Amino acid sequence: MTSAAPFCEYLLRLGDDRLVLGHRLSEWCGHGPILEEDIALANIALDLVGQANLLLGRAAAVEGKGRDADALAFLRDSREYRNALIVELPRGDFGFTIVRQFLFSTYALHQWEALASCADADLAGIAARAVKETRYHVRHSAEWLVRLGDGTDESHARVQDALDELWRFTGELFLTDELEQGLVRRALAADSSTLEAPWRRDVEEVVRRATLRLPGDVYWQRGGRDGIHTEHLGLMLAEMQVLPRTYPGARW
Amino acid sequence: MTVNRRKVLSREAVLAALDAVKDPEVPVLSVVELGIVRDVEIAGDAVTVVVTPTYSGCPAMRVIEEDIVAALESAGISGARVRTVFTPAWTTDWIPARAREKLRAYGIAPPGVSGVHSPVQLRRAEQVKCPFCGSADTSLRSAFGSTACKALHFCNACTQPFEEFKAI
Repeated sequence: MTSAAPFCEYLLRLGDDRLVLGHRLSEWCGHGPILEEDIALANIALDLVGQANLLLGRAAAVEGKGRDADALAFLRDSREYRNALIVELPRGDFGFTIVRQFLFSTYALHQWEALASCADADLAGIAARAVKETRYHVRHSAEWLVRLGDGTDESHARVQDALDELWRFTGELFLTDELEQGLVRRALAADSSTLEAPWRRDVEEVVRRATLRLPGDVYWQRGGRDGIHTEHLGLMLAEMQVLPRTYPGARW
Repeated sequence: MTVNRRKVLSREAVLAALDAVKDPEVPVLSVVELGIVRDVEIAGDAVTVVVTPTYSGCPAMRVIEEDIVAALESAGISGARVRTVFTPAWTTDWIPARAREKLRAYGIAPPGVSGVHSPVQLRRAEQVKCPFCGSADTSLRSAFGSTACKALHFCNACTQPFEEFKAI
């Protein structure tokens, strides 16, 4: 690896998390439970895909092999994707989508806040902008989580099921490795292991207000950062990438 | 290149031309008033307009860049370039009072002061005034509106839905 390669890899992790989650969220467009919510989910998806575009653009520039953000998004296979598993799971029902958005957005907020002061000026600027957007995302999903958790028996049961199902995928978000630690020493990355305590504090508060219960110890699912994904990602990418792969260089 | 065009370019002339470039989603405000244009660099005949994106995923940014080049072209400044910077991050605090009044007159409630909110705070404390009747008896319908930069509200006094330019 050259000295640029680890930073490029790190930017792919950040960008792929947002691209895959943004795409999953965009699947709600036209299917939201109410019009305002349909618009809200599409807006959040747009923010995430926009963040991904900036991050993958920076990754391509750091890589310096003539690829651009589109090439990274549309011409990599699932084995080359570096997103955490939690973002690639199918969107489920509205409750599942809200629980995942809450768990991820809260993580992303602390991550962006740390990256806003990183040594790469471009990434710091992307982060400073994304912090503001992500605050809206956290508030949106937290409000819904309380409304659903503290709602009817049906809505309570559904979001509790979603929390139980998703919990085992949260551990991967806070794993750090040699690559990340090397970048942390150069002030180019946020140390994922330090994000867990503030994340957990925020999650516990909202889960309590939502009258839900945090799951106990589970086996942590992992593999996404190494390109080992669930079967769901490949199917999602097949749909997401079909046009540029079928018509290379297509413009409209 | 004509003799006329060879006159020395001034920053003021470029900014005046850029004032004709409106945000396609908020056509009452120019890209200068919105704070999207951060700087103008002039080196001889070469003009570079430095811009910063509003929201990460704002779909209007590419159109805005094309409009900037076209507006300068029609003002006799050809071959202008647009350069994007990310720092400092765009904030609605840069929108001046005069432009806020234009927003209100257009029917969009202007942004309040952006600030740090608790991430898990439920509901906003401040009331947004209705741009039509001025009442503060309004309710937030959704923090996400027809574009990334707007929220949906409803005025209980004049029973009109309205949009707010979100503070960010």
